[in-house]
Amino acid sequence: MARITAGVGSSHVPLMGVAVDQGKTRDDYFGPIFAGYDWTREWEAQQKPDVIVLVYNDHASAFDMKIVPTFAIGCGEHYKPADEGWGPRPVPDVEGHADLAWHIAQSLILDDFDMTIINEMDVDHGLTVPLSMMFGTPEKWPAKIVPLAVNVVTYPVPSGNRCWLLGEAIRRAVESFPEDLNVQIWGTGGMSHQLQGPRAGLLNREWDNRFLDLMIGDSDAARWIPHIEYLRETGSEGIEMVMWLIMRGALGPRTRLLHRHYHIPCSNTAIGHIVLEPA
Amino acid sequence: MTGTPATRDIHAYLAELEDIPGTRVFTAARARRGYHINQFAMSLMKPENRARFHADERAYLDEWPISEEAKAALLARDYNALLDMGGNVYFLSKLFSSDGIPFAEAVSTMTDMTFPEYREMMLKGGRSPEGLRSIKGGY
Repeated sequence: MARITAGVGSSHVPLMGVAVDQGKTRDDYFGPIFAGYDWTREWEAQQKPDVIVLVYNDHASAFDMKIVPTFAIGCGEHYKPADEGWGPRPVPDVEGHADLAWHIAQSLILDDFDMTIINEMDVDHGLTVPLSMMFGTPEKWPAKIVPLAVNVVTYPVPSGNRCWLLGEAIRRAVESFPEDLNVQIWGTGGMSHQLQGPRAGLLNREWDNRFLDLMIGDSDAARWIPHIEYLRETGSEGIEMVMWLIMRGALGPRTRLLHRHYHIPCSNTAIGHIVLEPA
Repeated sequence: MTGTPATRDIHAYLAELEDIPGTRVFTAARARRGYHINQFAMSLMKPENRARFHADERAYLDEWPISEEAKAALLARDYNALLDMGGNVYFLSKLFSSDGIPFAEAVSTMTDMTFPEYREMMLKGGRSPEGLRSIKGGY
């Protein structure tokens, strides 16, 4: 039986990918950001997950305004890094796990989540930056990926509670897959940041850390945070944190903290990172 | 983090989204208004389109059903005006990327700061939400 063994939360700021691609990860600016991921890279090397369900959002790369799926799952065999306007990142292609992905997609639809199925797409920094942060610069990514793209750009985006419930349904789906697989779920994006308008540059260390606190243990308070609170407290793009709730929901009623990291700033954004296991 | 369910009243929900100082939430109304601005920006993902746009910006824009006002804002790289007209920053980023402008620098042009001042603010912990959470509430 497949099982979800751990959850990872992480920002996916494009500049972190640039730092990896240009070999700047230990300079004065990026050093403190990347140091907080050293523990995780070693831990991942020991854990050797077979598959990552990677929750992220597309930033006008694979999707434009023609079609805006709220929840979309990648069921393809492989995905190429997207050209986001300055050429694709020089990272390995992403290998899918079509059997598990289709199983999850079918299970979720039967479980009342009307997923959009994606067979072909390119994946942007939202997906490849977390891979670089957790796995470094291997020739080939060490795990297969099931991309799960969430609309967090066009309002209304899904509620925190809906994201949490989707996470719970993903766990049920994974646990009904007959093959013995070590599956992790990653929730990416955030933390506080605002990339637009006169209020741009907003960061909120205190709120972000309260949110990290809520990921740990048996609280489910985070699922009830309304959109307006993310927007007021963490900036217009802080809403990406609803994607962490899919990860948290998939870990079950209680979690144990393995690792935690927070750093301000990376470009316009507060960096948050957490590693959890079901408890 | 109050433990209350998200609002289900769509009118109250949408009204709240307009109550944040210096922020244009990408609502359905803005997405509709800015549709062609954003799709124009998206077209710059292709190198051949970037080349054509930069060779004659006005002529390239004239191929799109975009208002004169929006064309002027695009030519002037007036990103706050474009947000007001339904532009979204992830789409507009294709425009400033094609200009060779880093994300943070383009973002700083929407504030009342120069890029060095903005960068300094970020290094010092970013902009505080204090007083910038609600227009009506003033907190």
